[in-house]
Amino acid sequence: MNKEGNTYTIIYAAVMVIVVAVLLAFTAEGLRGRQEKNAEIDKKEQILRALRIAATAKDAEEIYQKTITDSYVLSYDGNKKNGEDAFTVDQNIEKEIKKPVAERKLPVYEAMAEGAKKYVIPLRGTGLWGPVWGYIALNDDKITVFGATFGHKGETPGLGAEIDTEHFQKEFYDKQIARNGKFTSIAVVKAGQSKNDMDYVDGISGGTITSQGVNEMLKNCLSAYENFLLKK
Amino acid sequence: MGLLSTGNKKVLINPFSKSNPVIVLVLGICSALAVTAKLEPALVMSASVVVVVAFSNVIISLLRNTIPGRIRIIVQLVVAATLVTIVNEILKAYAYDVSKQLSVFVGLIITNCILMGRLEAFALGNKPWPAFLDGVGNGLGYGMILVIVAFFRELLGSGTLLGYRVIPQALYDAGYMNNGLMILPPMALIVVACIIWVHRARNKDLQEN
Repeated sequence: MNKEGNTYTIIYAAVMVIVVAVLLAFTAEGLRGRQEKNAEIDKKEQILRALRIAATAKDAEEIYQKTITDSYVLSYDGNKKNGEDAFTVDQNIEKEIKKPVAERKLPVYEAMAEGAKKYVIPLRGTGLWGPVWGYIALNDDKITVFGATFGHKGETPGLGAEIDTEHFQKEFYDKQIARNGKFTSIAVVKAGQSKNDMDYVDGISGGTITSQGVNEMLKNCLSAYENFLLKK
Repeated sequence: MGLLSTGNKKVLINPFSKSNPVIVLVLGICSALAVTAKLEPALVMSASVVVVVAFSNVIISLLRNTIPGRIRIIVQLVVAATLVTIVNEILKAYAYDVSKQLSVFVGLIITNCILMGRLEAFALGNKPWPAFLDGVGNGLGYGMILVIVAFFRELLGSGTLLGYRVIPQALYDAGYMNNGLMILPPMALIVVACIIWVHRARNKDLQEN
């Protein structure tokens, strides 16, 4: 058969595409269970990290069971929604964030850490190159930050990517998300600058857009919980 | 012919110096900028490129007598993309932490010019074993430059190596500061240029008139 002929070329391309499609479909399907499990464990690790608990992929599940006492989904008015699973909603949090604040489903995890009740709230926003996310844990006054953790898909290493370091996350400890009974969020400012009317942390130098992304994410995600957090 | 005959050895060793993909052929520069701010992503990226270039070289070499000339670039692209996707999926399932670190870099391997360059220039005309060695050699040659650049950028830009602090606190107290410019992409180009300069100064036959 003529190797340079049209028929050969078309058949070759068709066979190649089918073989590749089958190969990729099988790989993706065969590995999906494991991948989803990994993502789930990773989420639990992050929730625990916000509670200042270091867990590894091996023991995350177990510690999570022990630490998280309750989880529920709220509506904007601060009341619980029935029949919703917080973890499932959390896994699709990017969909919720796109909705107007008043229509979002708001997952909350209640935990016992260091002998007191904590609330963990998932965060999701946009950095420079792609999504950034995180969890913030609040003390039982629902205002003071107990811990926070951040992750990102592909921020610049050495710059924006520094938001996932402990150094940055520790800055959030004991900051307050409200002042005088009013929701303020926590600002991420350029290193050296300050804010008078709200608590703030220093952003990453050289990672301005990522820092702004974290700032926006905190404001956007936490403001939806305003009614729940400020309710006495 | 032994597995590492003189010819094959040349194929494996040449990319380290006289035909280095980055500093002589000037391929794969974009990713050299993107992943060299820290040493760790540079190392992982190098390893991934070695694997992908070596195996796509072998596959193209095995198929070389069947590939129709007019769609050969498409065939190469499909093979490379399939391999990269499979590597990515496997990492996600079995080495989740590594895959999280690499994130977009794995996908970026497809756009690495070295990959297409080697497939087109070498794999299409050679047997699988030399093609494999060529892939490994070029991957390592690329990785070598990546690691050198990342070493200087992380050391001077962040004062760390592989995340560990190596510049003592005393030096900072004495007024030393990290050079923030090193972390920015332009400095990767300048470091690569310095390497090319040193390399050409030592290899006179590479100098153009």
